[in-house]
Amino acid sequence: MDAPVLAVRDLSKRYGRQQALAGVELEVAAGQLVGLLGPNGAGKSTLTKIACGLVRPSGGGVEVLGQPAGSPRARAALGYLAELFRFPGWCTAEELLRLHQRLAGSGGGETERRELLELVDLGAAAGKRVEAMSKGMQQRLGVAQALVGSPRLLLLDEPTSALDPVGRRIVRELLEELRRRGVSVLLNSHLLSEVELVCDHVAIIAAGRLVKAGTPAELAGPGAVEVETGSGVRTFEGATREEAPRIVADLVAAGESVYRVEVRHSSLEDVYLEAVGGQTG
Amino acid sequence: MSASLRSAATVVGLSIQEGIRKRVFLAVLVLTAGFLALYGLGAHFAFRDVEGFAAGETEILDPRAFTGATIFGLAMFATLFLGAVLAVFLTLGVVRGDAESGLLQPIVVRPIGRTTMLVARFVGAASLSAAYVLIVYFAAYALTQATGGWSPDHLFGPALGLALAVAIIAALSLLASTMLSVTAQGIVVFMVFGAGLTAGLLAQIGRALNSDSLHSIGRVASWALPFEGLYAASLHALISGTSGLTGVVLQLGPFGGSEAAGAGLIAWAFAYLVGVVALAAFIFSRRDL
Repeated sequence: MDAPVLAVRDLSKRYGRQQALAGVELEVAAGQLVGLLGPNGAGKSTLTKIACGLVRPSGGGVEVLGQPAGSPRARAALGYLAELFRFPGWCTAEELLRLHQRLAGSGGGETERRELLELVDLGAAAGKRVEAMSKGMQQRLGVAQALVGSPRLLLLDEPTSALDPVGRRIVRELLEELRRRGVSVLLNSHLLSEVELVCDHVAIIAAGRLVKAGTPAELAGPGAVEVETGSGVRTFEGATREEAPRIVADLVAAGESVYRVEVRHSSLEDVYLEAVGGQTG
Repeated sequence: MSASLRSAATVVGLSIQEGIRKRVFLAVLVLTAGFLALYGLGAHFAFRDVEGFAAGETEILDPRAFTGATIFGLAMFATLFLGAVLAVFLTLGVVRGDAESGLLQPIVVRPIGRTTMLVARFVGAASLSAAYVLIVYFAAYALTQATGGWSPDHLFGPALGLALAVAIIAALSLLASTMLSVTAQGIVVFMVFGAGLTAGLLAQIGRALNSDSLHSIGRVASWALPFEGLYAASLHALISGTSGLTGVVLQLGPFGGSEAAGAGLIAWAFAYLVGVVALAAFIFSRRDL
């Protein structure tokens, strides 16, 4: 098996008396899209910042492609979009990407800049100054900026928080495209539906600890089969879709009249709420 | 050119571009134009009036040298002040302020490295401030020459002294930006600037009153904040070749430096500059963003 693109080992971070992260373990494989969920203040942004070298861990460590997080080689391999970011207002979209190309040592030139702007639907805004852009446009420009230099790992902290539904769809399609290209993505988001739609793997953090991890299907787990019979609605908790015909057959054999059958899945939202225990930041 | 140097050059360019596009830069340019216009006018009348006033007394006091050195000393003070304002504003919020607004993170995560980034920001701000100071200094000199035909005893040394002084102010401001919020940084650096100038005046007064204690206090403070020592030495260099009563009166005046720079001060100023930038880089490297 290939070495993970991002490996988080027993990571802890303390800000004064506040324990932001405690013993977190997480891996992102090549081409994998991992969603990081958790309430405000759970430690998601801290984890992302440690991965890109903005914050120093108190214990444990993070490696990017086998290099310690924060080292020049690790930073050269990643792209990052912070939750709170600002670009110089006087820069045009094109100038900003050119600046980041120079900083990232990218030789992509104008072709890369044009392709990235097209990718986030800002092809027509190449000459527009950042200060004249809406928050949503700036956020999409931020995603394009993070992709400068074709990073192997993309760390996105709430990349769709300021986007309207169309903007979200653009980013979602972009993430799917990145997965096709083999780019690994760690996506911090509050939007469970979005994570459920695009992510291969989900990790839930609460109070600095990893409380649940797995594929969306694994996390969602078996739900229930609900059957409306002549004597009322009967729910078979834990039953799967495959068991539904047998349940119906048993009921009919027992003399019940069956009017409706519904297979229910526990949603990621149910799993999330159960995992974080109703915590909110 | 290595990748690191290329990135550093990019950040230097970014700092200069950012500085030029800041409104404060435009304000400084307008103020400078106003100052130079007033200075030219003032120099013209000062030379004309003092020449008439001092007729017959030129044997003991050279009116042209006295007027030229005094008003050019005033111009140097204004140049240092405006240069300091520019240096502080160009480095305002460079670390903590930009980190809080989210401007810093997209750049810091690039492979450039924090130390290179900080040094590049310093180079950008210091070179712009120093260039500004040199331009204003030589413009004031040209006006003094044109209106009164007076030239300082040394022309280039004082210019370089002022340029180094504003570079030190830029370094101190950068250091403050690693620890303080934008407002606190501005207040602290201007207070330090004021304290340095006050220390210089103390040394000057101590010398005039022949008070060794006052002179020593002023000198120690000047070395602790060497931009003041450089400024005083630059003033001294203007008139270092002026002898007789004119030289004595000028040295004791508010714009007459009594201390020569010497190799010690220059070496100390460079070491101080490097030390301050290194300390800023060390604090920045350990700071969570």
